[in-house]
Amino acid sequence: MSPAIRVAGVAKRFGATQALAGIDLEVAEGEFFGLLGPNGAGKTTLISALAGLVRPDSGHLEVMGHDVQADYRQARLKLGVVPQELVFDPFFSVRQTLRIQSGYYGIRRNDDWIDEILANLDLTGKAEANMRSLSGGMKRRVLVAQALAHKPPVIVLDEPTAGVDVELRQGLWRFIRRLNGEGHTIVLTTHYLEEAEAECGRIAMMKSGRIVALDTTANLLRRFGDGTTNLEDAFMRVMKEAV
Amino acid sequence: MIGFLTLLRKEILRFWKVGFQTVAAPVVTALLYLLIFSHVLADHVRVYDDVPYTAFLVPGLVMMSILQNAFANSSSSLIQSKVTGSVVFMLLAPISYRAFWAAYVAAAALRGLLVGLGVYLVTLAFTGVRLEAPLWILVFALLGGAMLGTLGVIAGIWADKFDQLAAFQNFLIMPLTFLSGVFYSIHSLPPFWREVSHWNPVFYMIDGFRHGFFALSDVSPWKSLAVVGVCFVLLSALTLELLRRGYKLRM
Repeated sequence: MSPAIRVAGVAKRFGATQALAGIDLEVAEGEFFGLLGPNGAGKTTLISALAGLVRPDSGHLEVMGHDVQADYRQARLKLGVVPQELVFDPFFSVRQTLRIQSGYYGIRRNDDWIDEILANLDLTGKAEANMRSLSGGMKRRVLVAQALAHKPPVIVLDEPTAGVDVELRQGLWRFIRRLNGEGHTIVLTTHYLEEAEAECGRIAMMKSGRIVALDTTANLLRRFGDGTTNLEDAFMRVMKEAV
Repeated sequence: MIGFLTLLRKEILRFWKVGFQTVAAPVVTALLYLLIFSHVLADHVRVYDDVPYTAFLVPGLVMMSILQNAFANSSSSLIQSKVTGSVVFMLLAPISYRAFWAAYVAAAALRGLLVGLGVYLVTLAFTGVRLEAPLWILVFALLGGAMLGTLGVIAGIWADKFDQLAAFQNFLIMPLTFLSGVFYSIHSLPPFWREVSHWNPVFYMIDGFRHGFFALSDVSPWKSLAVVGVCFVLLSALTLELLRRGYKLRM
């Protein structure tokens, strides 16, 4: 069985900056995987390469066995990405946005699933509201809903809880956990390390375009701690030790 | 196919939701041109013997409206999506670059045709216009809208800022449309400018379109069709190649 995500020898340079310096990584189906690193480590570039937004200089990437360049249609059908930036189309309501998103993925009548996503993300009351009228946290929720509109088997969440209040954050994690329980593979990047520690079974830590630590969360805590260490302490130690 | 239809519908909804700005306003602008130019020149200019100047103006104004609005639609939609970042939703989706191009161009042409139809209908209150060869009218309207819609996609992809797009519009599209025989026949121009006009593809769109109304034109409508058709194919090929490479869209 092919892994949900396979990244092999991926390198990308932007001018003088080596954004990715030969990344090898596999994420198994059904995993809840964390991708951590300081700003500029290459997390978003790696996600963008996986989503086909960035073309690597070398190496290749697959989603559910489909090459993201050669077999881009199938790869994109299997992938849902919550982008880091708070982006939206100001012309449409929340429901229209999700219908359009479904249509992009070849799904015509998707209102049952859209209603379910809206309910789980506490957006039902805002379904007919224009995107412009939503708060930042609400817009973030719609971004999550958009990534889920086509029920992708692999879901990538790039900082999904930035600027989101505690109550919603908890609701969001309940929903994501449920999707993971139903077999969806989750890849998470976050600066809230306690969230990664609580949710992720395995974690990769990146620095300067390289993976500097890759293991189960429990093993990382064991290797880089003294039994009472939390992920933040382990992360700081990994970053300090990484050349 | 559903991806293409969704993108097409989204693009149509986008301009329809601001219809006063995207459809009604250009109709009023064209009507003002008609009123002013016909008032000033009707007694002084006669291009064809049996066609009053006001009637002569109508096809040119209709075509100019089609072209300018088709360009404005695809270019403004793309630059807006790029500036706000919402273009990412289309780039993440399994929509082919051909479907992307076709949806943007079809929506742009539709807006152009709606504005053109509006201009034609309001001018009927001021002058009667013959419809000698409706098929030529339809062919040039569709080709013109699609061609400028395609040019709008190129401009939208290329421009990083709104002022770059404005430069494209003001320094290329506006001169090409205004200096194409909307308000005059190129036979009334000095030889040099007449020759220059023959290098302007918009001249052929307007001349061929006008032939559909009066069965009169500066050059053969078949020649106009060939020039416009070749230009459309070349621009489409360029646009498709830019989209295939992800120029300024994918890094």
